[in-house]
Amino acid sequence: MKITAKTIIATVAAPVLTLLMMTSAVAPKEGYKVGDNARDFSLKNIDGSMVSLANYTPATKGAIVIFTCNHCPVAVAYQDRINALNKKYQPLGYPVVAINSNDFNAVTDDSYENMQKRAKEKGFTFPYLLDETQQIATAYGAMKTPHVYVLQKEGNAFKVKYIGAIDDNKDDAAAVTHKYVETAVNELLDGKPVSQNYTKAIGCGIKWKTASAN
Amino acid sequence: MKQYGTIFGRYYMLKHFILILAIAFVGKVSAQQNVKMVAFDQVKELMNRNTDTTYVINFWATWCNPCVHELPNFLKLDSINKNNKVKVYLVSLDAPKDIETRLKPFVKKKNIQCPVWLLQGPDSWIDNVDSSWDGTIPSTLVINNKLKMRQFTQKELSMEALNNMVSPFVSKNR
Repeated sequence: MKITAKTIIATVAAPVLTLLMMTSAVAPKEGYKVGDNARDFSLKNIDGSMVSLANYTPATKGAIVIFTCNHCPVAVAYQDRINALNKKYQPLGYPVVAINSNDFNAVTDDSYENMQKRAKEKGFTFPYLLDETQQIATAYGAMKTPHVYVLQKEGNAFKVKYIGAIDDNKDDAAAVTHKYVETAVNELLDGKPVSQNYTKAIGCGIKWKTASAN
Repeated sequence: MKQYGTIFGRYYMLKHFILILAIAFVGKVSAQQNVKMVAFDQVKELMNRNTDTTYVINFWATWCNPCVHELPNFLKLDSINKNNKVKVYLVSLDAPKDIETRLKPFVKKKNIQCPVWLLQGPDSWIDNVDSSWDGTIPSTLVINNKLKMRQFTQKELSMEALNNMVSPFVSKNR
């Protein structure tokens, strides 16, 4: 066999690359930092349509991307607050886009059908998308639910401006003293820099698929 | 019951009955005494204690499956290290409203003897435990201020991994 670049690629590089890509999806150690451009996606919404940041018309100034799910009690505690965020900020150009990246084979509560049920029960006013391959959670570096990424539109790009918690009290909405996401979006709407662009929060770890489950 | 037939007998019957009630009551109360609601100040105080005891502080919740899965390892660690100056504290992030309906029944069912502290919000204390912690549970802090030793991890621990984390503290304490 003649050794050309093509043969080298075929015999060495391609298998190596394939092997690298086959490593199981574990919790990402990378992911976005504030200031990074967030990749777009095309994920199935509960109404069957495919939603991307580019084609989602309410996302005129940016988007509040929230990794969330059905089963996690912390995510459940935030459901009404997430809905309220959308009602307030979608008219202002920053709609909520919720993404469920959990392995629904491991957690049946987080299946597509159950997502549809929950959205109907709670009257969700925002897209609730299924990230079946978990690629989007991996790209963003989402670790838990809920986990928020506030994005600001700059031309065709969506830049990460805030990462973290919705507010500072997961259990008691009435006892919240810092509404981190609202403050961040308000500052962006005012053309100001985000004063607190990163916070930490308690949540349920995202349920990653294991290699054997694929 | 013949012995209770007389007046003295009835007195003793009442006395025994009250005694049994008292024991049952104390038993019930003490079973819950290890569970209490705290603010972060108390956790901070624990982390800053300057005794030669090694504190193993596990952050968990009844709703967190990996947390519940690794819990027996902490209970075992606590029981086998009674003479090694190692004390386990279980800091729960369950919702405060669930303390009676969810947390206490869980503690009773699993026969957990260590202190179980239900931590109330606000949630801004996460960095104060460890700057590397992003808030995902389970997570565990092992600390001994007299020995100036400290280890933090934010993942589920097998019995072996937990022992490996704690044994340097124990051997240095000998």
